[in-house]
Amino acid sequence: MSIKETEELILNMGPQHPSMHGLFRMVVHLEGETITKIEPKLGYLHRGMEKLAESRTYAQFIPYTDRLDYLASPHNNWAYVQTVEKLMGVEIPERAEYLRVIFGELARIASHQVMIASTALDMAGWSAWSYAFRDRERICDMYEMTAGSRLTVNIMRIGGMSAEPPEEFWPALKSFLDDTPEMLEEYYGIFFGNEIALGRLKNVGILSKEMAENLSITGPVLRASGVDYDVRKAEPYSIYDRFDFKVPVRTGCDSYDRTIIRMDEIVESIKIIKQAVRDIPEGPVMAKVPKVIKPPAGEVYHRVENPKGELGFYIVSDGTTKPSRVRIRPATFINLQMLPIVALGWKIQDVVAIFATLDAVLGEVDK
Amino acid sequence: METLNNLFLIIADAIRSLFADPHSVWANLTMDVINFIIVVVIVVLAALILILLERKIAGWTSQRPGPNRLGPRGWFQTIADALKLMGKEDVTPAGADKFIFKIAPMIIFCLPMMTLAVIPYGRKMAPINLDLGIFYFVAISSISTLAFVMAGWGSNNKYSLLGGMRAVAQMVSYEIPLLFSMLGVVMITQSFNLGVIVEAQASVPFIILQPLAFVIFIIAGLAELNRAPFDLVEADQEVVAGPFTEYTGLRWGLFFLGEYGNMTALSALAATVFLGGWQGPAILPGYVWFFMKVGVIIFFMMWVRWTFPRIRIDHLMHLAWKVLLPLSILNILLTGLGIYIYRFVMGG
Repeated sequence: MSIKETEELILNMGPQHPSMHGLFRMVVHLEGETITKIEPKLGYLHRGMEKLAESRTYAQFIPYTDRLDYLASPHNNWAYVQTVEKLMGVEIPERAEYLRVIFGELARIASHQVMIASTALDMAGWSAWSYAFRDRERICDMYEMTAGSRLTVNIMRIGGMSAEPPEEFWPALKSFLDDTPEMLEEYYGIFFGNEIALGRLKNVGILSKEMAENLSITGPVLRASGVDYDVRKAEPYSIYDRFDFKVPVRTGCDSYDRTIIRMDEIVESIKIIKQAVRDIPEGPVMAKVPKVIKPPAGEVYHRVENPKGELGFYIVSDGTTKPSRVRIRPATFINLQMLPIVALGWKIQDVVAIFATLDAVLGEVDK
Repeated sequence: METLNNLFLIIADAIRSLFADPHSVWANLTMDVINFIIVVVIVVLAALILILLERKIAGWTSQRPGPNRLGPRGWFQTIADALKLMGKEDVTPAGADKFIFKIAPMIIFCLPMMTLAVIPYGRKMAPINLDLGIFYFVAISSISTLAFVMAGWGSNNKYSLLGGMRAVAQMVSYEIPLLFSMLGVVMITQSFNLGVIVEAQASVPFIILQPLAFVIFIIAGLAELNRAPFDLVEADQEVVAGPFTEYTGLRWGLFFLGEYGNMTALSALAATVFLGGWQGPAILPGYVWFFMKVGVIIFFMMWVRWTFPRIRIDHLMHLAWKVLLPLSILNILLTGLGIYIYRFVMGG
């Protein structure tokens, strides 16, 4: 009897797979359970957002931005409308700026909660998943009070906000902010303090500082690798220069720090919202902008700190009612580059966890 | 109380007395058939109740109601699910090894019935009173590894194959500490017979004398059953559903029944060997005590499943070979020393 040579096992994970967030597909080459190569295959959710923008007016494109990173839709609205405002040179009312900050930071908390939930779920932490989603529900309720929808909120307009939050919004916001530290305690208690979870996350999937910089990684993933870079501090947009907050930086470079840094950011977001609620002035929430938006010919690039990283919009205007070209710089598409490099040599289970800590949203990756 | 305690024995005697000679071949055969039917009923009923219980406990740990639509507080949900499964199309993949694919769920469904047959449910209430009870139990339950590999190989699916590979690695490794953890009890009672082991626990259950062995038994048992945190075989986030990926309808249902049956059987073994089986204060009949103890262990297993994350495969192997196995050998050594000292002190 002769011994046959062993072969690599090529496993196709996705686009329909329980641990793939959205429609991500990767072809995994396995030696036993160990990864020898990963080929990410993208594009299953490609809707041609950039091309769609060219046949819509400026205002009509705002709802489409909701569908980019659908876990933090106010942020996408924000990035887009600020880009157009920058192009037009519109000044927006103070109260609208503060509301934008409040909703943006709420979206950051909601997005991080989903990330915490799905990271836990990818390691079979079922209860941790439902805890985080239970708490995110309260943010969705606040969206619903103001904008009428819960996921794709479409809450910002060119020149301000779509609506003034109703009376019941402020008590709901206050009680949410008060309860959040306790929620974070709970996530630690049920999942992230667990010995098995620590074994799965600590020192797994090391993304070194140099590699993170070379791959132009942004957002919490970058900051978990020890780089202190946040667009809110590096190039303050809106009114972020008025708030007192820290940018959490961790130096573990592993899956654990990439997860825990989200909890640190939730704490900072709470601080920002509290200051914004304290300082918010009375006044209109919408500037006087023309009915038909016709920015002058020219081009503009603007970027914001999305929960997942740096989200940029580049718009070229030819002076008509429709943009001539829109280019989106999605954060997670670029962050996803690290997956085939970092996951090499780890087990299938680790790849699932590493992918979860990247917090990729395929709406944004595939556009 | 005495009547209630011996209720099933009285019924059995009544059935036997219908025959001219109560111990003839025909009488024994009839009793065997009745015993078999009772064990099948226990397996199916256990699965029906446990599936719903698991979903209720899942709901409770994750702060949601769980199934609550069908029947009073959702208690008919499993029946509806079972009916639905029966109506599903039975798909056999084109590339499957058809014979192996079809026989695997049957094997796994038979195992709990075979193992539950040697458990003493009350005083003199073991369907089969086997002198090699523990040995038989472990031997039979290790066949389930084979069923998982057959399902994984027969499905001709890479995820199934990976799951089957994991099943072999995991279940073979954990069988050793599982068996070793029970050896201490066997050394004390000097018997493999489960009935004798329960009788020996009249004053003190073996969980007091053998706490380390009980902990090892529960951990290795969880791994043996592929329950979380050791559910690598059917880890849906990694290998979709492992060996069950390609199964549909009633075949998949058989796997499910078999799994919950195995869980009942292993909990019954734990209750028998460590918690004193049917022994308990005489305020309740013995079999009630027995099923309460089984229920406590099952509840613990479900609780763990819904709160713990899944362990990684190399940590899993590390735990089996470098932690549990040395500990279980240490336990045997300590038990031996203890017995020796006991005899010396008692002047034996």
